[in-house]
Amino acid sequence: MNNPTEYLPRSYHTRVSTYWWLARWAYVKFILREASSVFVAWIVVVTLLQIRALTRGPADYAELQNSLRSPLLLTLNAVSLAFVIFHAVTWFNLAPKAMVIRLRGKRLSSLAIAAPNYVAWVVISAAIAWILLRG
Amino acid sequence: MHKRSNEPFLWMLFSAGGVVSAMLMPIHVLLFGLAFPLGWVDAPSYEHLLALVRHPLTRVYLFILCSLALFHWAHRFRFTLYDGLQIKHLNELINTFCYGGAILGTAVAAYLLWRIP
Repeated sequence: MNNPTEYLPRSYHTRVSTYWWLARWAYVKFILREASSVFVAWIVVVTLLQIRALTRGPADYAELQNSLRSPLLLTLNAVSLAFVIFHAVTWFNLAPKAMVIRLRGKRLSSLAIAAPNYVAWVVISAAIAWILLRG
Repeated sequence: MHKRSNEPFLWMLFSAGGVVSAMLMPIHVLLFGLAFPLGWVDAPSYEHLLALVRHPLTRVYLFILCSLALFHWAHRFRFTLYDGLQIKHLNELINTFCYGGAILGTAVAAYLLWRIP
């Protein structure tokens, strides 16, 4: 490019720093929320490995349970738990903003929309734990 | 004529996956990732778990969980790369990696669940 001003009128953009999201806590929270998706994918990978080990037999299954006791995987799963809880809370709290429900002309409060999500979360979690632990 | 966008469909998968991940994943990772390995509670026996995953309803449940969660990841991760790292010029590569990964993961889940004896 000989003349740097040649394309200026059409393509003038101030360059935003790659680390723009560090400027404010709200932005950091946004990026953390988006990053939670990586841990969602990781949990799917572990779930699929569990299914594969179950199919392969008791020895393979026991071996996988052993590797899940390694400090690295325990740490990773603890971090994953924190991130999926963060995902769940931000997701449920967004529900009232995503859907506006009106009853008799009045807008339903945020709490009235978010609360059933939390109740369902507790009930579903308890049901899954019960099904898994009763055997 | 307008080219019809598939963005609403992808957003729907993202949203459904978000609900599924929020409702089901914390308890899954709490139990299988921490409580069982650390012995906080007695882990279910191999036989009990195998009997569970053999049930058609459990297979459908696990398929939906894995597949939708992966599409949720794909959509979110794609926009994290766009906005966070501002690498819009790698558009096609990112899309292929994200949605391709979700499709591949869905196929692997279907295969693994199908194959359970």
